[in-house]
Amino acid sequence: MAPRHPQILLASDLRRGEVVFLGAAGWERDAREAAVATTPEEAVALEARGKADIAANLVVDVYLADVEVDAAGAPAPLHYREKMRTKGPSVRADLGKQAGTEALR
Amino acid sequence: MTAHDPDHAARSNAPTTTYRYDRFDADFVRERVAEFREQVRRRLDGSLTEEEFRPFRLMNGLYLQLHAYMLRVAIPYGTLTAKQMRKLADIADKWDKGYGHFTTRQNLQYNWPHLVDVPDMLAALAEVDMHAIQTSGNCIRNVTADHFAGVARDEIEDPRPTGEFLRQWSSAHPEFSFLPRKFKIAVTGAAHDRAAVLLHDVGLRVVQNAAGETGYEVIVGGGLGRSPFVGKVLREFLPRADLLSYLEATLRVYNRYGRRDNKYKARIKILVHEKGIEHVRAAVEAEFSAMDRAPFAHNEAEFARIASFFAPPPYEALPKHSAALEQAKRDNASFAIFAATNVAPHKTDGYGIVTVSLKPTGGIPGDATSRQMRALADASEKFGFGELRISHEQNVILPHVKQDDLLALWRFLDAEGLASANAGLITDIISCPGLDYCALATARSIPIAQEISKRFADTERQRDIGKLGIKISGCINACGHHHIGAIGILGLEKKGQESYQITLGGDPTLSANIGEIVGPGVTADQVPDVIEHIVDFYLAQRTAGELFIDTWRRIGHARFKEVLRREGEDGADI
Repeated sequence: MAPRHPQILLASDLRRGEVVFLGAAGWERDAREAAVATTPEEAVALEARGKADIAANLVVDVYLADVEVDAAGAPAPLHYREKMRTKGPSVRADLGKQAGTEALR
Repeated sequence: MTAHDPDHAARSNAPTTTYRYDRFDADFVRERVAEFREQVRRRLDGSLTEEEFRPFRLMNGLYLQLHAYMLRVAIPYGTLTAKQMRKLADIADKWDKGYGHFTTRQNLQYNWPHLVDVPDMLAALAEVDMHAIQTSGNCIRNVTADHFAGVARDEIEDPRPTGEFLRQWSSAHPEFSFLPRKFKIAVTGAAHDRAAVLLHDVGLRVVQNAAGETGYEVIVGGGLGRSPFVGKVLREFLPRADLLSYLEATLRVYNRYGRRDNKYKARIKILVHEKGIEHVRAAVEAEFSAMDRAPFAHNEAEFARIASFFAPPPYEALPKHSAALEQAKRDNASFAIFAATNVAPHKTDGYGIVTVSLKPTGGIPGDATSRQMRALADASEKFGFGELRISHEQNVILPHVKQDDLLALWRFLDAEGLASANAGLITDIISCPGLDYCALATARSIPIAQEISKRFADTERQRDIGKLGIKISGCINACGHHHIGAIGILGLEKKGQESYQITLGGDPTLSANIGEIVGPGVTADQVPDVIEHIVDFYLAQRTAGELFIDTWRRIGHARFKEVLRREGEDGADI
C-alpha cells in the first residue's frame, strides 16, 4: 500500500543543530532538494540511510514527514510544524533558512 | 562543614549586591565546563551515542530545538551584574545571533548555538560566575526569587541568600540528579508574592513566628503544565536551621514515591494530589525525624557569609520624595506615564525600582538584542550600583534608581527603545517561544502576543484597563504560565491547524487560582477580537478601581462565558 502522501526525511545536523533533509547524494539544507519517497519501500530506504547517518554521527532526530510535490518536483511539508522547520521562526524573517544560506563551518 | 572559604565574603564597599564565586565555586563550574567539553568531543567522535549524550547535554542546559540547539543559561534568583549582562551580550554576538530570550524562570536562552561552540560559551559564562548547570533535566532547577528582592517595601527578608544557599545545596546533589521529573523551587521574602511560590514544586515564603524568629512557610505540590495545581502548605513554620534537612527529607520522599512509570504523572504535584497533603506531610516528617541530619546541619556562619554578598548598596540619605522627579513629571507627560507605570516604591527613601519592559508594541516578549543588553548594563552602572534583575514576567529590573535620576534614565532607555510604559498592563504579555522555536510546541505563541500588543497599543487605553496579565503558552507544558493569567491563552493543534483555548481568572499570587476555559478554541486571527470582547465586557461591568481579576471573581466566570457565546452567535465568529 502506498503512503497517503509522499514523504521526505528530516534530521538535525549533529554539529550545528541545523535542520537538514536527505537528498539524493546526502543531507541538504533546502527542503526542495530532498529526496521524495512515494512508496513504502522508498520511505524505508530513506529511513535506512538516515539510521546509517545517525550511526555515523552526522545527524540526530531523524523522521519522515508528509509532503506535497509541486510541478517542478520540489517537495514542501504539509504540516505547519515542518513548514516552520524549512524556513525559520515566522516572527524573525531575518533568521533561519528563510534568511538565506550561510557557509557551513 | 563547608568547602567554601569562610573568609571569602563581600567587602563592605562591594560595588554590587550579588553572590560572587570563591575558589570552590569557580573550580566546580570550571570542572563542569571541562567535563562537558570532553563529553562533546566524545559525542562528535562517536564514542558517545546521542542516547548516551542526551542526559549530559540536558544537565548542562543544552536542548535540541525546532531549528537549532538552544542553550539555557541560569540567572540564579534573577540577579545579574552589569558585567554579567555584558558577557551575555558578548556571547550572543560571538556564538549566537545577537540576541537572547529572557524566560519565565529567570533564565536566558540562546536560540542558535552550535554544539561544537557550547563548551566555549560555557567557559565564557564561567568567567563571570555563571553557568547553565541544571537548567534542564530531572533535577533541581534554577532557584527563582522575587525580582524585587532586597528592595521591596513589604519585605521581611531578602530571599536571595536563601536562593544562593539552595543553589549550592542542589548543584550536582548526588541523590537528586535523577529525580522522577524536574523540580522547581521559588523563594519570596515579601508579603506580596511576586515569585508565584504557590505554583512551584516547592515554594518558600520567609515568615516570622510568634516569637519573632525568621523561618519559612513551606509549600509543596504547586505547578502548571498539563495538570495544574495550587500548592499546599507542608509546614507553616520551618526554622531556618532546619531548611536543608527538611528539603532533603521532602526530596527523598518525592524521589522514593514519585511516579516513574508515567512522565506526565511524575511531578511532586501529582504525588500530593494522589496521596493527599496529609499523607505526604506525614512521610516527610517521618523522614525528617528518622534521617541523619548532621550532614545538613545549619551553618549560620556560612549563611551569613552568603548573605553578606546581598547587603544593601551604599544608598545616599535622601528625602522620601524628590522635587526634581515631581517637576519632571509635570514637564513631561510621557515620562510621567512611565514613572506611574514602571516605577515601584523602594524600601529606601529617595529611590525607586524601575521595570524595563521587554514588551514594546508588536515586539517579541522577553527578547533583548546584545545592544540592548549592553545598554541595560550601562544603565545599571550609571543609575543603580551595576545591578539588574530578570523577572519571571520577562522584564529587566533596575532595583536601585534614585528618584532624582529617573528622568535621565527614562531618556537613556527611550533612546534604546526600552522605555515602553506598560509594566503590568495588558501589553506586558508573558509568552513562551512557542512553535517559532520550541520542538515541543503545538502552536505559535509569539505572533499571538504581537497581535494583542498591537491591538491594545494605545497607552491611555491600557492605563484605563489597568493591571491585567495575559499569559500565552504554545503547548500544554505551560511555559508561558497561561493557567495563571487573568487571561490565559493556550496554543494547541486541532485538525492540523493551530487553535487557541482561552482561560479566565488565573492568579499567580497568594490568592492563586487556575484559570477556567471560556469556550471552544479559536483561530489565531480571532484571538485579538476575543480578547477585546472580554476586555470590553470587563470595562462595562467593573466598579470603580476594580481589577479584572476582581470583577471576574465578583460576577463569575459564567457571565464572561455567556457574553462570549452570545457575541459568537451575533456573528463575531468567535
